[in-house]
Amino acid sequence: MNRRASRGIAEGVVVVVAAVVAFPLYWMVLTALKPEAEVISTDPRPWTLAPTLDSFVRALTVQNFGRYLLNSVVVAVAVVALSLLISFLAATALTRFRFRSRTTLLVMLLVVQMVPVEALTIPLFFVMRSVRDVVPVFGLNHLGSLVLVHLAFSLPFAIWMLRGFVAAVPVELEEAATLDGASRFRFLWQVLFPLVAPGLVATSVLSFIHAWNDFLFAKTFIISAAENQTLPLALQVFVKPDQNDWGAIMAGSTVMTIPVLVFFILVQRRLVAGLAGAVKS
Amino acid sequence: MRTAKGDGRIAFAYLAPALLVLVGLMGYPIYQLVLISLFDYGQEQVSGGAPLTFLGLDNYATLLSQSRFWAVLGQTVAFAAACVVGTLLVGAALAVLATRVRTWARMTLFLAALGAWATPAVAGSTIWLFLFDANFGFVNEVLGTTGMSWTYEKWTAFGLVAAQVIWCSFPFVMVTLYAGIKAIPGEVLEAAALDGASTVRTATRVILPLLRPLLIVVTIQSIIWDFKVFTQIYIMTNGGGIAGRNLVLNVYAYQQAFAASEYGLGASIGVVTTVLLLLITLGYLRALRRSGEVL
Repeated sequence: MNRRASRGIAEGVVVVVAAVVAFPLYWMVLTALKPEAEVISTDPRPWTLAPTLDSFVRALTVQNFGRYLLNSVVVAVAVVALSLLISFLAATALTRFRFRSRTTLLVMLLVVQMVPVEALTIPLFFVMRSVRDVVPVFGLNHLGSLVLVHLAFSLPFAIWMLRGFVAAVPVELEEAATLDGASRFRFLWQVLFPLVAPGLVATSVLSFIHAWNDFLFAKTFIISAAENQTLPLALQVFVKPDQNDWGAIMAGSTVMTIPVLVFFILVQRRLVAGLAGAVKS
Repeated sequence: MRTAKGDGRIAFAYLAPALLVLVGLMGYPIYQLVLISLFDYGQEQVSGGAPLTFLGLDNYATLLSQSRFWAVLGQTVAFAAACVVGTLLVGAALAVLATRVRTWARMTLFLAALGAWATPAVAGSTIWLFLFDANFGFVNEVLGTTGMSWTYEKWTAFGLVAAQVIWCSFPFVMVTLYAGIKAIPGEVLEAAALDGASTVRTATRVILPLLRPLLIVVTIQSIIWDFKVFTQIYIMTNGGGIAGRNLVLNVYAYQQAFAASEYGLGASIGVVTTVLLLLITLGYLRALRRSGEVL
């Protein structure tokens, strides 16, 4: 078989695979746009001639969905901002300073990543219950509790990943900055911070997704304050024992998936570079 | 790297926020998890209505004597293994395929994969549920099996969840391995071709060894992810399947603790899961070290 024919076959296979992989997403958007009667038809067709935004309206107006969306955004943004700040400082400490117990800390960071976070739901539930009595905002039924757990779970990987980027900045640059009279603090924010930007982007994507996608902790921590619930749980509102509102579920899923997808497409180059960087180091 | 005097103190100041969060929200809970698993910790103890009773290893003894626990353990391992193997095979095959096609085809594939990757687990799970719905599902319509409930039978339910898990996790493997293959210098492959190496030989003797560090990373990541799948099982099988037929360790621990109010028992399942995961990862790393791999 000649080269061109084999490439043609490969491209055919690739297109078919891409179609299969994308199909669930197509079905999600299609279902969200279908009129109710077509959604619960026992003869589902892969197109619709009467697209409508009814399901989106239902999803967004019924059951406080807008509030849930806002909650998700607040949690994700807080987690990203805090984890960037904290992991940047920690990564700097671990790469640019030599001190005792440095290696121990690095190994601990690796080990901690292997701990199944789901197993920690039980003790964390009790921790958050006691926190509630001290600082209510960070305790059960408040968004702060979600920010704290997601921060804790995204930090080890974020620090580990940023380490490679911080280490890549030449020491000479720091010496030059010091000679020019820049304080350590200034060097940190005005020189180092912008230089590790690609790493920060990759890290923030992962922290964002972590917080945005969480189902388990929102389910466990936000028990009685429904107004503080996040999107993944809100979706379950439309799941009913007798008849699921599939149109609204798919509209809600679409609303939930789009921010991540946009985020991914915007940063895909840097994300891949970041993954490769983390792998290399 | 500077080693000036006073570095230790500044380093500590930089590290303090991270340490505070990690010790408070990971270290302490891990200690608590082990502690809770040693007590008879039920609803009355939680509300303070009954004193705590120290059980020692009784929760573990109870657990190990349950046939249910062993069944769930076996299921978890088999399910995770199937997901890991599936993810790696699909991801690696598509990464290789992506190097053989023109840019437009590769971009189409990567865009589709990016979509699957970006879909939150909750959304992905419900989409797949709807696609395979007994009455309104498109898959049954295409297969002509209307009325077939994929989540009713134990193995079709596991299969469906595994397919969803592979769908959203192969893109990471594919993209990482693709980047790895592209990073292999062209001269290396040319030299192999000049020496008369066949495609198979080039793949197994040249490309594979060069890719090994990357393969290790994606395999470990897949094991860690797939061993602790929670959302997909919880949503797609409605909390662990009919009569708990589709439980995996994570969901089992959760149900024991929060549904049955057996926090002590739930915590002991959590400890077992953690230990297992650590053993698998460490064992894998050791096997690699023995085969002469430098990490």
